[in-house]
Amino acid sequence: MTLVLSMAWTHVRHRARQTLVAVAGVMTGVGFSVMMAAMMEGSQDDFIKTLVDALPHISITDELREPTRQPADALYAAAEFHGLTPDVRRPGIKNPMATIASLRSWVPGALTPSVQSKAVLRFAGRNLTTSIIGIDPRTEAEVSNLATHMKQGTLNSLYRESNALLLGDRLANKIGARINSNITLASANGATMNATVVGLFHTGFRATDETTGFVLLKTAQILERQTGIINEIRIRTSDPMQARLISERIGEQTGYKSISWQEAQEDLLSAITLRNVLMYTIVGAILLVASFGTYNIISTITHEKTRDIAILKSLGFGNGTIRRIFIVEALLVGLVGSALGCVLGYLMTRGLASLEFKTPFSDYNHLPVLYSASHYLLASAVALASSFIAGYFPARGAARLHPVDIIRGAT
Amino acid sequence: MTVPLIEARQMTKVLPGIVPVTLVHDVDLIIQPREFVAITGPSGSGKSSLLYLLGLLDVPTSGDVLINGRSTTRMSEEERAYVRLAQLGFVFQFHFLLPEFSITENVALPMRALGRLSPRAIMARAEDLLASLGLGDHLRKNPDQLSGGQRQRVAVARALANDPPVILADEPTGSLDSVSTGQVFDILRALVEQRGKTVVAVTHDLDLARRMHRQIELLDGRLTKDERRVVDPAQQG
Repeated sequence: MTLVLSMAWTHVRHRARQTLVAVAGVMTGVGFSVMMAAMMEGSQDDFIKTLVDALPHISITDELREPTRQPADALYAAAEFHGLTPDVRRPGIKNPMATIASLRSWVPGALTPSVQSKAVLRFAGRNLTTSIIGIDPRTEAEVSNLATHMKQGTLNSLYRESNALLLGDRLANKIGARINSNITLASANGATMNATVVGLFHTGFRATDETTGFVLLKTAQILERQTGIINEIRIRTSDPMQARLISERIGEQTGYKSISWQEAQEDLLSAITLRNVLMYTIVGAILLVASFGTYNIISTITHEKTRDIAILKSLGFGNGTIRRIFIVEALLVGLVGSALGCVLGYLMTRGLASLEFKTPFSDYNHLPVLYSASHYLLASAVALASSFIAGYFPARGAARLHPVDIIRGAT
Repeated sequence: MTVPLIEARQMTKVLPGIVPVTLVHDVDLIIQPREFVAITGPSGSGKSSLLYLLGLLDVPTSGDVLINGRSTTRMSEEERAYVRLAQLGFVFQFHFLLPEFSITENVALPMRALGRLSPRAIMARAEDLLASLGLGDHLRKNPDQLSGGQRQRVAVARALANDPPVILADEPTGSLDSVSTGQVFDILRALVEQRGKTVVAVTHDLDLARRMHRQIELLDGRLTKDERRVVDPAQQG
């Protein structure tokens, strides 16, 4: 063992109680930091994963990126026209199948056409405004998890009846509908049809399960009173993180509004960023408080060892050696505290993950946690850095002591 | 002509303050190898201050201290520390041993800091030194398990650890009883006569000073007497 290390070790070993308190401080700091990081990042990852699974990665709608130029503007070189009624544009994506074919040639992932519609759902004397989405069951399974969320029936059940309808389970409960119930749908365009419930799904998102129904593309087109209309193309990219870039390129290519899941959930993702800032501030504060304990022990040892420092200097120990002894003492406290803190953090994370609970917003029954080596490394690195700083200042003071002053005082 | 082991040239030390205090005033002094020097004088005369200046524990306000002909005034603190470690040994009135370490570990400390010997050789030399000073039966003991005289002998062993040519002692017998005083004095004298060391010791005890080869007397920081004498071997007993 080197001289510096053996002297540092002897010092901290002979102040076992104070050392234990300092080590406990660092251990608690690291432990709670690891647990908090695991909990926060775990819930964040789970949340994003759920978002990514539940929503299309990219949604192309029939809204144009630039407003269409009015015919009068195009025909006459006038400075400005007032009081023009805008040209009526036929809703829907132009040549949707050609657009899909073109996108399929380069977009990494799966695409499916759909029709977004609003309708009033009437059953047993109740009227509820509902989102009716027309889908193609053959390609829907490649783009969304709807197939796996089916509680009763399958996506192919939509082919079983004419005007077949899949309902969210909460919506069905709300109106008292069951499989084979006949429901009336009335669209905003005045189209009315009788639909039969052929399946129930449960996504876990209350908003979706309470207000959404799925029908075949053809059925939705009838509700919209527009044959062949496709007003949305949904895409599931191979790498969800590339969605934003792909979406921008699609927007430029098609001229339609293309929104990635990141863009659609920008507010939530900003909130997550804010939450992370808060988390790291709290974790930093915990470790800072722990470093005060280390500072305290090293200061105490330095104070108690003033005479010994003078003796060592009179023997010929250099300032650097004296400084290193006390810094190594602080690092020993930090190192042992970090190691124990990692164990404590792991155990607390395990404990937290095993707790069961229910929330009204989702179907989680366990707190999602993330086990990541980076949490342990980061917390330990911050704890060691804090310990180094906590030890540096007393060590610097010790190295600056004038041996003659202490020897005179001692004699 | 041999180079002096230690040389002070017009060395002055002033303590700054509202009223500056001159501890050592314009001292010229040469200490040659194998000398056994006593520094005497009344309390507050600057004896210990002179010793600390000669031992590079303190820096003179003006003048210079040369060790083996080399000026130390412009040395960095680290260089001065290295000279102390390799060429000077200190013994203080109180033993100043580190309480958490065994006496062997205490003696080994300067050798470990210098790093010239292997760990095994360091421990062997520490044990040899302690045994030569009559402490062979106490090697594993901590300082608080020894008497005052024994502790002071450990301090002498520690001062000898790196085999320095000079031992500087500040009242080495000041806190000892008469028996221990005699033992420690004999050890210091043997260092000069048998091992060829130079010993410079601050002492209040004029009887001890008279039994040394040279006596330097200070008064108010000034050198007032520098007397060499031939000591009668019968008187030394």
